[in-house]
Amino acid sequence: MTVDSLKAALLVFVAALAQVSILDGYAPLGGTADLVLVVLLSLALLRGSLFGAVAGFGAGLLIDTANLDTLGFTSLLLTLAGYWIGRYGETTARDRIHAPFVSVGVVTILYAFGTLALRFVLGDSAPAGELLSGLPASLLLNLILTLPVYALVRRLFPPLELADRVHEVRLLG
Amino acid sequence: MPRNRTVRVAVLGSSVQRAASGYSSPRTGALKRRIVIGCLLLLSLVLITLSFRSSALDSVQGYGASALRPFETAANRVAQPFRDASGWTRGLFKAKAENRKLRSQLDYWRQVANREQVQASDNATLRKLLHYEDSPLFPQDYRPVAARVLTPPPTPFTQTITIAAGSHQGVVVQDVVVTQDGLVGQITKVTPSVSRVLLITDPESAVSAADANPSHPGALGLLEHGSAGNSLALDNVTKDKVVEPGDTIVTAGSPGNGQLPSIFPRGILIGTVTSAGQNDIDLFKQIQVQPFVDLSSLQSVLVLVPKATRPPAP
Repeated sequence: MTVDSLKAALLVFVAALAQVSILDGYAPLGGTADLVLVVLLSLALLRGSLFGAVAGFGAGLLIDTANLDTLGFTSLLLTLAGYWIGRYGETTARDRIHAPFVSVGVVTILYAFGTLALRFVLGDSAPAGELLSGLPASLLLNLILTLPVYALVRRLFPPLELADRVHEVRLLG
Repeated sequence: MPRNRTVRVAVLGSSVQRAASGYSSPRTGALKRRIVIGCLLLLSLVLITLSFRSSALDSVQGYGASALRPFETAANRVAQPFRDASGWTRGLFKAKAENRKLRSQLDYWRQVANREQVQASDNATLRKLLHYEDSPLFPQDYRPVAARVLTPPPTPFTQTITIAAGSHQGVVVQDVVVTQDGLVGQITKVTPSVSRVLLITDPESAVSAADANPSHPGALGLLEHGSAGNSLALDNVTKDKVVEPGDTIVTAGSPGNGQLPSIFPRGILIGTVTSAGQNDIDLFKQIQVQPFVDLSSLQSVLVLVPKATRPPAP
């Protein structure tokens, strides 16, 4: 578990750096690819809700720090995203091939609306038109990223034995 | 339970004793998860609140950003070649697209410029026609019908042109066609909106013409196709009449008080005499006339439509 945590921390760190240094500068078709989100969702699917929530919190903190944004803003959203997808991985999504794509698709949309809502609540500018116009492109880019990123994360974090990850169902014998 | 059993039994929410493998019980796991999630969410909200309400976290965030700066710089350096390649490729595609766009714009503006040149030329021609229409040279008993020339300029084999005026504009066969420079020909075929004009240089054309030089009037003849492609010959001028090079030839109208009726009204400019001669064998003078109108570059013409009511067509 400790090795997994270290690997996850390193992966999230690299993904956050790549996001703020490289990917945020590109907006092909009007949308931005969110590598951190895809990495986080892959981790959450493979390691569960707790792991996903903590990784999301850390990734959000890194991004907010690097961008000098409101601390806690991205953490809040990514924590929720990691937790929710982790729960999905622990329950419904077991061994389903489409699970990463469904997760990324749904969370990309919810994350966009969550960002919009949170900015609105905090009194920041919330340009819904701009955000929504770029959403299809972001969704497409994230879905394209999902296949290689999930494959990489799955290689780094091989799926646990059923007994190791499911706590509600115990096997005897 | 037997030790060698093969069937694995799943028990949901069982209250069996925890195994030594370190699994947490369901309740403990769920509680732990909820506590951690709650803490993380609470921490996020606290961070947001602190960020908004005070600047206490600014220095921490500044240190964090400073600590991350080298990594960001390194990431940027690593990404720079790819970024350059991407920028170059994008620039190339953009340049190609821009090239296509500019080419299409160039084509468009070239067409506009051509159209404006044509319009300016038409404008100049029409102004000249309008000026001619208001001048005393214009025959009084006629009204002008301006028409654009549709066919290309005549070739040596086709001494006719078509114009964009027809019976809808009151044009009939044998109406006279002129420009501000002089006589062009006569209408030989009429459709509702297009007419054919037989030019004065056609071999079948014949116009009664006269020398307009006031010092030696009276030279009257028949203007026909000349020896050269675009020249005319004034025939049937008797040798006793004086015709000199440079004299202006005009239409003779209907001489003899209308006893020799002509479709051409009197006084329309035709051309200038380029050579005039005679010999002992021929009965008449040999007179070459160069028409005033450049028949090879006609753009617009005027059809002279009589103001008087025409007799009904047979």
